[in-house]
Amino acid sequence: MAAVATQVEVLSRQQVDTGNKLTMIVFSGEMDRAIAAFNIATGAAASGMDVTMFFTFWGLQTIKKPARTGRSLMGRMLGWFLNDVDSLGPSKMNFGGAGRWMFKQMMKSHNATPVAELRALATDLGVKMLACQMSMDVMEIGREQLIDDVQGVAGVAAMLEEAAHSKITLFI
Amino acid sequence: MEATRTALVLDLKGLLCPIPVVKLAQAIKTVQVGDLIEATATDPGVLADIPAWCRSTGHELVSIGRAEKIIRFAVRRVK
Repeated sequence: MAAVATQVEVLSRQQVDTGNKLTMIVFSGEMDRAIAAFNIATGAAASGMDVTMFFTFWGLQTIKKPARTGRSLMGRMLGWFLNDVDSLGPSKMNFGGAGRWMFKQMMKSHNATPVAELRALATDLGVKMLACQMSMDVMEIGREQLIDDVQGVAGVAAMLEEAAHSKITLFI
Repeated sequence: MEATRTALVLDLKGLLCPIPVVKLAQAIKTVQVGDLIEATATDPGVLADIPAWCRSTGHELVSIGRAEKIIRFAVRRVK
């Protein structure tokens, strides 16, 4: 009986070590997916979880300032097509920007919180935002072109370490 | 039974997910342990979200119910 009690104690301690933590990889750069990402992040933080968001590839657009990016010719060409969080289109039915306009109108009329406000709320609630160094290098996006809410840049090992200590890990 | 005072009344009507939960999380920090927060909301998602939030955070769901379109609930700060 004592051995079982000890085992239970060890197991519960292990569970504490896992932490009440959520790690999210934000890979996508579309309005609807960004809304989902920041909605989950704010909800988790409000429920008392430690939340870390890693932004990589197209997801960098959701933490980018409106500034143009790119140094090389191809980097600048890519920069023309990168958006900031307010100019992202939905993953379906964008129709060259008409879908974005329509979604924004409908969100407004239903009193849903705009994604930029959700992002600010995430920061207020203590959500940690980290940007992927490799995709920043490849896409020629500088640290100064990301919003100040971003706490730092990191690589895959840092993300995996956080994920290993998380109860929930999401890839969006 | 300890005396419970309603420390705060929140109006969450018209607000959609995740804002009701976020506002409640922010509000609970402003009241004392044992205090009650009463709230009204209109988003039906609240009926599932507030009980779940209480289970996740350990605060006590004292009551929740819906009359017509208005949802009322009360949450006590436990810790």
